[in-house]
Amino acid sequence: MGDLDYLNEIRARGGLMMGVVPHSRALGMRLVDVAQDAAIIMVPYRPELVGNPDTGVIHGGVITSILDNASGLSVGCHMGERKAMATLDLRIDYMHPATPGEDVYARAECYKVTNNVAFVRGAAYHLKDGAHELADPIATCVATFLLTGGPVPDIDTMLALAAAGGRPNEGAR
Amino acid sequence: MEALRQLRQNMDEKHLKALIEAIPYAKFLRIDAELRGDELTTILRYHNDLVGNMMLPAIHGGVIGGFLEMAMIIHLAWVGGTEYLPRPIDVSIDYLRSGRPFDTFARGTVTKHGRRVANVRVEAWQESRDKPIAAAHGHFRVKDDEE
Repeated sequence: MGDLDYLNEIRARGGLMMGVVPHSRALGMRLVDVAQDAAIIMVPYRPELVGNPDTGVIHGGVITSILDNASGLSVGCHMGERKAMATLDLRIDYMHPATPGEDVYARAECYKVTNNVAFVRGAAYHLKDGAHELADPIATCVATFLLTGGPVPDIDTMLALAAAGGRPNEGAR
Repeated sequence: MEALRQLRQNMDEKHLKALIEAIPYAKFLRIDAELRGDELTTILRYHNDLVGNMMLPAIHGGVIGGFLEMAMIIHLAWVGGTEYLPRPIDVSIDYLRSGRPFDTFARGTVTKHGRRVANVRVEAWQESRDKPIAAAHGHFRVKDDEE
């Protein structure tokens, strides 16, 4: 179950980390909060992310990206440490279109971990009067992750890598 | 949607690319499409903003999901029978291999095209088509109820 030191580290520096992962940064993703088994992140509305120019509705791919990110983060929260993992599958049900102009939030909860598989469910939603209201979600998801058991870089390594502008493997190959 | 109407009238690669150009998120991901005969390939042009894992490096899982969803929409727009840009009802993505920092390709098939809902399958690959990196299937609303 979620280790408090780990949650505090994510609270303090998780947002910083999200800011250096190229796609998270491109989406403008922000860490909202983490709890013992759960993570909440947000993507601000931007016209570049629209999937249907007639309606101004954000594309499902953006919803997929934040649900995937929140889901992965929730697994670490459940286990109390960052783990190397790979998404096995992700199913998304779209309940209603996102409202144009409104930021999109995603909350995911890791509800079970076996020896090497983690099970997650989540939802994407808008704030309602400033509150996290999940009763009327934009989309819900279920995801499974394979815990691959490989090494995970700590946050300092990742920040240093980003500061150096890149991907060490390309030079090392 | 004007670009969709133009595509239905002309049914060529130029208007297919124009449809993609009209979708902001497709431009954001740098999605492209090519036609060989009647075979449509949707392409995700690799660039650094797609990366979700800097250590490998690998393309973000959300990008792969978004690309596959886009490929299904483009495929349905190409096949026809859609009143508007298809709207996702549900999408299920299987991640098979990590997405390396190269271009990714996708081809789809329509499993069932009903009056209101279509079921589509799509597979994505990079260096070799027999080594898919991801597969997805989904339902899309293609037409509203008639009064």
